[in-house]
Parts: sequence; structure tokens; C-alpha cells
Amino acid sequence: MLNWVLFLPLLGALGLTVVPAHRNDLTRGLTLAVMGVQFVLAAWLYGQFQAATGALQFETRIPWIPQWGVYYHVGLDGLNLLLVLLTAFLGPLVVAGAFSAITTGVRLFYAMVLVLQFAMVGTFLAQDLFLFYVFWEAMLIPMFLIIGIWGGERRLYATFKFVLYTAFGSILMLAAVIYIAYTVYTATGVPSFAIADLYRGGWSLEVQSLLLAAFALSFAVKVPMVPLHTWLPDAHVEAPTAGSVILAGVLLKMGTYGFLKLGLPMFPEAALLFRPVLMTLAVVSIIYGALLALVQEDIKKIVAYSSISHLGYVMLGLVSYDLMGIQGGIIQMVSHGLISGGLFLMVGMIYERCHSRDLAHYGGLARLLPGYAVFFMLLTLASVGLPSTSGFTGEFLALLGAFNAGWAELPHATWPLALAATAVLGVVLGALYMLRLAGRLLFGPARAPHLPLAGLSRREGAILTALVAAIFLIGLAPGPMLEKTEASALEIQSILNAARPAGGTP
Amino acid sequence: MTLPLTTIVLLPLLGFLVNGLLGPRLGTRLVTVVGCGLPVLAFLVAVGAVMQLEAGDGAALVETLFTWAPFGERSLDVALYLDRLSAVMVLVVTGVGSLIHIYSVGYMKGDEGYARYFAYLNLFLFFMLLLVLGRSLLVLFVGWEGVGLASYLLIGFWFDDPAKAAAGKKAFITNRVGDAGFLLGMFVLYAALGTLEMDAVNAAAADGLLPAATATLVGVLLFVGATGKSAQIPLHVWLPDAMAGPTPVSALIHAATMVTAGVYLVARLAGVYQLSPEASLVLAVVGVATAFFAATVALVQTDIKKVLAYSTVSQLGFMVLALGVGAHGVAVFHLVTHAFFKACLFLGAGSVIHALGGEQDLRRMGGLARRIPITFVTFAVATAAIAGLPPLAGFFSKDEILWFALAGEQGGLLLFLVGAVTAFLTSLYMFRLLWLAFLTPSRMAPEVAAHVHESPRSMTGVLVVLALLSALGGFIAVPHYLEGLLPLPAVAPGRAAWHLPLALFAVALALGGLAAARHLFGGEARPAAALAARLATLHRVLTNKYYVDELYEGFIHRPLVWVADRVLLRVVDRLLMDGLLHGVASLARGSARALVRVQNGQLQRYGWLVLVGLGAGLLWTWPHV
Repeated sequence: MLNWVLFLPLLGALGLTVVPAHRNDLTRGLTLAVMGVQFVLAAWLYGQFQAATGALQFETRIPWIPQWGVYYHVGLDGLNLLLVLLTAFLGPLVVAGAFSAITTGVRLFYAMVLVLQFAMVGTFLAQDLFLFYVFWEAMLIPMFLIIGIWGGERRLYATFKFVLYTAFGSILMLAAVIYIAYTVYTATGVPSFAIADLYRGGWSLEVQSLLLAAFALSFAVKVPMVPLHTWLPDAHVEAPTAGSVILAGVLLKMGTYGFLKLGLPMFPEAALLFRPVLMTLAVVSIIYGALLALVQEDIKKIVAYSSISHLGYVMLGLVSYDLMGIQGGIIQMVSHGLISGGLFLMVGMIYERCHSRDLAHYGGLARLLPGYAVFFMLLTLASVGLPSTSGFTGEFLALLGAFNAGWAELPHATWPLALAATAVLGVVLGALYMLRLAGRLLFGPARAPHLPLAGLSRREGAILTALVAAIFLIGLAPGPMLEKTEASALEIQSILNAARPAGGTP
Repeated sequence: MTLPLTTIVLLPLLGFLVNGLLGPRLGTRLVTVVGCGLPVLAFLVAVGAVMQLEAGDGAALVETLFTWAPFGERSLDVALYLDRLSAVMVLVVTGVGSLIHIYSVGYMKGDEGYARYFAYLNLFLFFMLLLVLGRSLLVLFVGWEGVGLASYLLIGFWFDDPAKAAAGKKAFITNRVGDAGFLLGMFVLYAALGTLEMDAVNAAAADGLLPAATATLVGVLLFVGATGKSAQIPLHVWLPDAMAGPTPVSALIHAATMVTAGVYLVARLAGVYQLSPEASLVLAVVGVATAFFAATVALVQTDIKKVLAYSTVSQLGFMVLALGVGAHGVAVFHLVTHAFFKACLFLGAGSVIHALGGEQDLRRMGGLARRIPITFVTFAVATAAIAGLPPLAGFFSKDEILWFALAGEQGGLLLFLVGAVTAFLTSLYMFRLLWLAFLTPSRMAPEVAAHVHESPRSMTGVLVVLALLSALGGFIAVPHYLEGLLPLPAVAPGRAAWHLPLALFAVALALGGLAAARHLFGGEARPAAALAARLATLHRVLTNKYYVDELYEGFIHRPLVWVADRVLLRVVDRLLMDGLLHGVASLARGSARALVRVQNGQLQRYGWLVLVGLGAGLLWTWPHV
């Protein structure tokens, strides 16, 4: 069943090749159906997922390149469960959201979206480092094409920047993967890329540090963490709405997921060494992203910079080494996917109507598009982290976890607590930039570049309703989700803590 | 009823959902029935719940609803909790809340956002009830943020006006600054005790599980949150601007209930504050300073709602002063009486504004006493109450505050003196308002004067009820009712006999304010104008509210934006990071161009290059061979 979830989009992309090129309705319908079925299957798996264990579930392990020890090895655990569900949930919404926006090269576009979906789910599911790397790289190509072909005026510059950054990270990661394979082979005589085995790799601290540095740079570009973030606003601004939604909704989580699944637990001693740097950059990202969001005039850039800030909370939670913090980080990943995905969709909706992303062109949309205003306000509040939305659950748990950990470390180290306390400033700045955006867009005298504006269509309303429902579900009752992720989070936590010198905090 | 507390909370939520989702399709009458009926029903259920509480053995009523977030052995639960303190709050919130809902029917009649208004107002009530009934600090925080949201939406209710929308934003963001402190305080509590349930926190504090230094830290941090919500210095700036909202909103949210949440928070965690005289001292100083500062500003404001807004800030300062001297029950007492008389004053002001077709400037009022008599009489009663004239409600609660500021163990002469001066100023600015609006000869524009009319009965009826409560509310012995939970501080030795003289002194202060107001503003000669001219600089400073807004704009907001734009965006992002990237790119392009030149097709050149490369390689590997 898990393999179906993974391969369905690829089959769908292949299926699109037999659809006549001019049958756009058929292309759209087929893609939507594929994504819809994938979500249903993923939701079913989520329901079946056993909370009690941190072991892999729905596992498949088949030799792929036996002489190198490479396996096709996929499975669900508490770390990727929610991210796979998120990816499958956003899939149909992205597809439906692009119905009216993408009118040229429709078939190729949806094929690329499906391939990307395949690669993203694959990256999350991969339990073999080689397989992970293959999927990781495979994500780059369709995204490159989506921005490069259907993007805005400066799309070439944006893709150039996007590719340069990510390729830079990828090369380092590739070198590290090769080195890991080589050392495993020389040490055991048996080649293996199994991630679970690599958790106890037994490299010296120096080697670990180099390897982690390579992985961390690659992941930090994806997150992105300041100062490796400048590709993101350009990529978002130039990407078509669907590209932005996928980018913010799922792709960025590859970076944070990479830290959680690979970077930190494979090199726990080095991770401990890097922890102050990572935590500092997480807090810097929270504040830096928020401050830059505050001074943008392009609506998309505001949402883009807000992503940098919100993913800072994820990193803060993860490197807190606190159970609550790690769990909060996982929830925040999902939450950010829903909220920023929703915001980008809404920016796309207004752009389709008015062909402008300039905040100065708008005002009083609450008067012109009351339905739109309600949804935009709900997403704004979720982004601000108002309790009962998912934004609060993620931020609150990540911050509380980080603070809790910092408090426990107090006699030995004050910096974790100081950083956690500083991060709380993000709560104020978040309100500042989001309410500036919402206020200027929705309130004041009504104006927009193109009048009259068509109200939200039923399709748009359905997309936004689904997103808002999910946001409130995670806000009001995150309990069941946290239960399913807890065992895996505990496992990672115990690996990380095992690296700590005795006498350190639990 | 099996789950009365849950029912109390959910009734207004239901109202919000019905009016919010179906809204205009329901028609005005149904919107009204839902919007007012459910709060009244919540009040009745609350009365029943409190009777159940009193009938019991003194244990609090607890309803655990669900586990919000589990973590191994620990969990964060959603539970509701009713003891005598939350009972007082619930009755005030649903009682005064219901009255203001009913008043709103007449006030908002014909507004195109009628359904939206009641939806927001019910939403507010839902979150406020969650706030006062939450067992854990987390649930309280959910309500805390939720009332902030409702406040934001209602301040900016008429969102076409950018100034009103901006006022809503200012309220939200100022409160967020406080919330950062609240969050940190909550985090410290959780890190130190492993729980956020407030009864457990108080019990742990009583058992000595909370070190005094930690208690101080928690106390100060949570109070930062309270300065936001309860508009204390330095986060008071949002409340006067919040008057942009409809006047019943000012009465309900920005006078009677929401702004007292900070006071409730401190009283709720009295156990923590009892451990920390330092944190309590911070409260006392901030409270009395706020009370004095806001009262001076209220003296010169010309907008009727702004006077009342600064008065609210000042009265909240009195409550915080009471908390600071350890008289938590007295603070709650003043909270209750203030809810009565300030709601009455705001709704009375609303009735005036209604009568004058939207006019809010005191300079264009006057002579309204005969024209709108019910409004005048109720307003006068509430004015006398807030001024502290016996036997009206404000006299009792304010007298108690001054008493504990003077004679309580944590009191002090300076706290008392500033408090006393502020009590005098309170009487002065309130009677000034009364004279300028109702008793001086009319200064209304003729076309306004021609249309002055008393408000409909749904509004005046509410005014009468609130005026009665303002008159008689002082006889509800709230501190005594709460004494089991919130014991009153001991009186310093030798001061017990001072109570009667103090009470007489307080009455003298109130009468002095009345006389001064009558002298300055009542007669034809208007000595007030002469005084203002003589103290022109002071007058200007007060009129401009000590320039606090300008300070924040100049020293916080503008530098922040400047750094973000000029330094981070232009220098760091564009110049450094992108510059580096472009540099690398052009370096790559440049070296590619150089390499292209090498590839010139001459075999001889290639041969040389091969030889040089070979030689270099040999030299480099030589030592290893």
C-alpha cells in the first residue's frame, strides 16, 4: 500500500502521456484524481499507523544495486508520517489551485507536478541513503522546470539562483554519501546504505564533523537558514502559484526533515558540537526573516520571508533535544506547510484577478471580496500563531521545548535558555508583519487594480476550506498526531542524548 | 446539568458560529435573538453553576474536557475550573456582558454589519469565559489571545476607515509584546514545576516547591503580559486608541471585562505573588504610576470616550496597586465595581453620542441634562460612584485600596499619597466631564441640538440597571467572599485605628474634586481656560499624552524598520549574500572565458600543456613514490 502511495503520481505522469495534448480538462481531471486517490491512501495509512512503536511500518525492502548494497527500502515512521500525509493532502489542492492559472503547456505542467510529488514522497519514505539521495536530486528537475517555464519575468535569474544554491549543497552531500559508503564498506566488508545502520556509524568526531558539515550545508540551503536564504524570495516570486505552494508547503521541509532524520542522528557527537551554531542560526532566522518580511512591498515576498522565520521555529525545536521541542518541530513543519501553502494560494487567487502582487495597489478587500477576506484573515491568524490554530501548536511546543531544555541546562550553559527566550521575540514580530499585510490588503478604502473582482469560485472556496479545517484540527486537537510521532521522536532524542557527556541533562 | 462550565463556554461560541456563518441570511430579529439570547442563557447557567459551587463542600467544580497534547507521562489538558474567584468573574462577564449585548441592539440598529457585530461580540464572550474558567495557564492563554483577537476585530469593526483599522492593529501588537512576557512566564513555570494548572501551581507555591527567585521571575514575566492586556505603563498606549470601536465594545471589552484579565491573572496566581515581595513591589509601583499618569491625561482630553479610556487605564492602575500591596481580593472587588460603573459610563457616553448623531467632542456638548434625563441621571450616579462618594460602589472598593496601600504590610506612605492624589484627580476629571457634557450651557451646533433625543428603552433600561449596580454594588462584600482563596494582607502594627479617618479623608478627596470641577468648569467665567493658558506647557504635554506614542514611533518602530530595510535587506541580503553569489557566478563565467581561450585549436599549445601538467603531477607525487 505504501508503494502505491509512492508510485501513484509517477503512474499518473506516465498516464498523462497518452492523454491528447489539447484535452486540458482531461489532463486536469486525471491529475486531480490521481492526487485525490493518493491522499485517500495516505490517510488510510495514517489511520492504520501504530503509535506504540518507533519501528518502521508498511516497510518494503528489495535489493536494487546489490553489489553496492543499495536497497529500495521505504517505510513509515513517526518522523515522516505526518510529512507524507501533508504532501498527499497538499497535492490535490495544488492541482486544483492551478486549474485557472496554468493555461499553456498544461500536460507537461501536470506531469512535472506529478513527478515532483513522486520524488517528494520518495524522499520522505526512503530508508536507504542512496535512495534518499536519488529522490532528493530528482526533486530538483521538475521544480526547475516549473519555475523556469511557467514562472514570471525574472524566472531565469530565479531558477539560476535556486539551482546554484541547491546544487552547491547537493555536491557536498554527494561527497559525504560516497565517503560514508566507502567507510562502511572498509569497516564491515559489506556495503550498506541503510539509514538505521548509519545511526551507529562510529566515525571519529573529526570525520563526523566534516560529514555533518556537508549534510548540514545542503539541508540548511533547503530550509533555508539565514544566511543561505536569498534564493528563496526570488524563487517564490517568480514561481507560478503551484510552484510556490509546493516549495513552501513541502520542499522546504526536506531541509528540516533531513536534519531530523539524517544530519543529527547519524552524527550525534558532531551534532552536539554544532548545536550552538544551529540553534543560533535558528533564532537568527526567526528574527531576520520576520524583520525582512516587515519591509517588503511584494505580497509574495512577505510570505516568502515569513517562511524563513517560521522554519526557524522548526530548527529551534529540533535542536532543543527536548521531546516537546522535537514534537513541536514536527508539528510546525506540517503547520507551516498548510499555512504558507494557503497564503501562497491566496496570493495566487488575487494575482489571477488583478495581475499585481504589489501591496500598494490594494486596500479594502474585505469590502470587495468578503469571502476572500475571511479566509485571508484566518490564515493570517494561523500564521501569527493564534491559539486554536496549528501555528500556535507548532510554535508553542517548539518554544516551550527549547525553553524547557535551556532551563534544564542552566547551571552548565546559559546560551540555550538565552536563545530560547530571544526566539519569543518572533511572536511579536510575526504579528507585526502579518497584520501589516492583512491590514493593508483587507482594510481601509476599497481599491484594486482591476475592478470589479469576481468573488471566490466554488473550487477556490473548497480548497481554502480544506486548508483551514486542517489548520484548526491541528490547533485544537494535536493529541492524536503527537501520539503517533512520539515513539520515533523519543528514539531520535535518545540517540542525540546518548552523545552527551555523562552528567548532562536528560 | 452535567457539564455546566462547558455549557457556559460553548453557548456564546454557538452564537458566534450561527451569526458568523449564516449572518445576514437570518434577518435582524433572529440575529438579535441568537446574539443576545445565548449570552443571557450563559448567565443563567453561570448562576446555576455558582449555586452548585456554594452548595458543595467548598471544592472547586472541575470539568476535564480532553488532552490537548500528551508527552510521555505528562500532558497539557483542557479543563475548566470554577472556584469563588472564577465565579465572581463569570458572573461579571456574563452578567454585564449580557446587558451590553442587549444595549447593543439599539445602538447598532441599522448598521450594515449588524450580524457580524454580534458574531464578534459572542466570540469575545466565548474567549473571555475560557479565560476566566480555564484551569491551566495554557487554556487561560487561549482565552487571553482570543479576546485580543475579538478586540482587534471590534476596534477595527468599521474597517473602511484606515485609522480605525490601524487602532485595531496597534492594540493587537502592543498586546503581543505583553504576550511575549506571558509566554516566558508560562515557560518558566512549566520548566520549574512541570505543570501549568493554576491550582497545582498555587499548591506547589504553598508547599515551598517554588524558589523565591523563580517566583519573582514568573511574577514579573506574567505581569509583563498583564501590562499589555490591562493597559499598564509602558504598554497602555493601545487602550485610548481602542475607542475607535463601537461604544458598547468599549464598555464591554475595553472597560468592564477584557482589560481586567491581567488583574485576574495575578489574583489567580496569588500563590506565586505571595512568595515574591519583589514582584509585588513592581506591581504596586507600576500600578500607582499608571493610575496617576492616566488620571492627569484624562483631565485635559476633549473626546468623551478618551476621557473614559484614560479613566479606565487609571482605575486599572488602582487595581494593580491593590494587587501589589497584596490585597488581591480588594483588587477583584474594585474590578467588579469598576465593571458596573465604567460600563454604565461608557454606555451613557454611547447614549450621548447616539443622541448627538455621532458627536464625541465635549467642547460641542453641554446642556444635555434636561434633554436626555435618563442618560444624565444614570451617568451622574456612575460618576459619583467612580469618584468615590459614599455609599456608592466605588467608594468602598477604592477606600479599601487606599487603606491597604497605607496600612498594609506591603503598603507605603508614598504609594498611599500618590493614590490619594489620583483619587482626587479622578473625581476632578469625572465631574469635569459631567459638567461639560450635561450641565454647562449648550455649545451644540444648532442642527445637532435640534435632533437630540433620548435613546430607546432597550438602551436606557440597561443604563438604569447598571446605575443601580453602581450605586449598590459596594455592598457586595467581594473581599470577604474571596477571603478563603485570597487572604487579605495583615495591617501594619499600630495602624488599625486609622481606618475611619482614612475613609473620611477619601470622602473629602472626592468632594474636593467635585468642588474643583464645579469651580473650574461649572460657572460662566471658566477659570479652566485661564489655568490652561497659565500652564500652557503642562497642558500641551498632557493633551499629547506625554508624547509616549511619538517616543515609541521614533525610538522603536522607525529604527526597527530602518534596520530591517537599510541594513538587513539592502546590505546583508542584497550586497553581501547576493553579491557573493553573483561574484562566484561571474568568477565562474570569467574563468570559463579564460579557458575557452586556451582551447584555440593549436596542437602545439596542447602538447605543451600536457607536458607541463605531467611535470607538475610528477613533482607533486614524487615524495610519495
